[in-house]
Amino acid sequence: MNAPADIVAQIVTLLQPYNKGGVTLSADTDIPAELNIDSVDIMDFVMEVEDHYDIEIPLNVVSETRTIGDLALVVAKRRKA
Amino acid sequence: MVDLLDKHRGIAERHQRMMELGVNAVNLVNDRILSPTRGVIQGRETILAGTNNYMGITFDPDCIAAGQKAMAEFGTGTTGSRIANGSYAMHKELEAELATFLKRKHCIVFTTGYQANLGMLSGLAGPNDTIYLDADSHSSIYDGCTLSGAKLVRFRHNDATDLDKRLARSEGAGGKLVVVEGIYSMLGDRAPLADFVEVKKKHGFQLLADEAHSFGVLGPNGRGLADEAGLEDDIDFVGGTFSKSVGAIGGFGAGNHPLFETLRYAMRPYMFTASSSPASIATSLAAVRKLAAEPERRARLAANSARLYHGFKGLGLELGSGAVSPVVAVKCPDEPTTIMMWNELLKSGVYVNIALPPGTPNKLCLLRCSVSAAHTEAEIDQIIATFGRVVAGKA
Repeated sequence: MNAPADIVAQIVTLLQPYNKGGVTLSADTDIPAELNIDSVDIMDFVMEVEDHYDIEIPLNVVSETRTIGDLALVVAKRRKA
Repeated sequence: MVDLLDKHRGIAERHQRMMELGVNAVNLVNDRILSPTRGVIQGRETILAGTNNYMGITFDPDCIAAGQKAMAEFGTGTTGSRIANGSYAMHKELEAELATFLKRKHCIVFTTGYQANLGMLSGLAGPNDTIYLDADSHSSIYDGCTLSGAKLVRFRHNDATDLDKRLARSEGAGGKLVVVEGIYSMLGDRAPLADFVEVKKKHGFQLLADEAHSFGVLGPNGRGLADEAGLEDDIDFVGGTFSKSVGAIGGFGAGNHPLFETLRYAMRPYMFTASSSPASIATSLAAVRKLAAEPERRARLAANSARLYHGFKGLGLELGSGAVSPVVAVKCPDEPTTIMMWNELLKSGVYVNIALPPGTPNKLCLLRCSVSAAHTEAEIDQIIATFGRVVAGKA
């Protein structure tokens, strides 16, 4: 299943403040590996995503999510729930 | 073959950069400890202002005598876990003493404070439950949450409104546990307990307060932040450690729940480790009795904390907490500057903690002091003067 483009675009926007190295972001971007951000940054960033969509993304789910596309699919699923 | 240690090369490089700026700040060796507030580091007598030895009780003659007696009578170690051969009468005596001190029906003692959080969190919450934890929680809370297998939801630091919002989004049907700390170890700020209790009344959950840095320190009876705030009845579970105000090693969990004792058979960090040594239990027991009997220690700590806090404020330093606290953290501009300042403080005879990201909130670089009741006013003034020269740049 492809990640919804609108959610990917929004996550890219929310992720930009953490993208200190100016990496080109796409659905395939591996967030921890390519952005070289630590676990606290990732947790803070996911809080922004939760608040933007008014959904709950438990840390357990975050730990299993690598790419922007993975996270977009989580958002899409939890918005429907 | 993939080298398993390859993933730590970044840490090794960062450590090397720190070493190039001075001594190893995260592996410092105390050559001798002279008193609760004095040690010898690199051959130099040094004021210790980063030890969490809040009550200055580590050299108390009664505590030392109790430890020596216990070691002579019961040996150096228990060689077993609490659920096998490692429960001695003194372990039960300490649990009873703590329960009385805390005004709780039940108390369980753990071998370390870290294990107390691992045990309590993993015993209370399971895979069908949700734990809501403050974003700035201590690592032992994060690790305990992970061990529990519960769903983990993080709320913004000390923000009851944010917790309220996240509870409203809750999807799970299981139990809910909220975890806060009495005093947060890095910045020294307190949890706004009354605000969290209001959210508790609205949503209904069980509340655990980790009083690691506030047990023995805050409140008219020294029972911690909940004691200070007059909200003990609203706290379901209390956690704490012996490695700070008690001056030993170990930890505890306490509560009034009728099934609390059952946790002994559900907490792996309690069940599958050796129990505390007789000397450690005996010194803890003596120290807890002193915390109850000697409130003047808390008064001295409060006065010393205020002296350091206001002294630093007078230097124009930016501090982590907006109120007087026994943890006085000074915010510094960046990592290299913080390391250089830390080295210069040490050379000047003042030891404090250095705290760097990601171990700090909001990527802060901190020079963290912890105050002791045993510090003299002259020692506090010397710490202030040294910070004035090294950190504030005042001659």
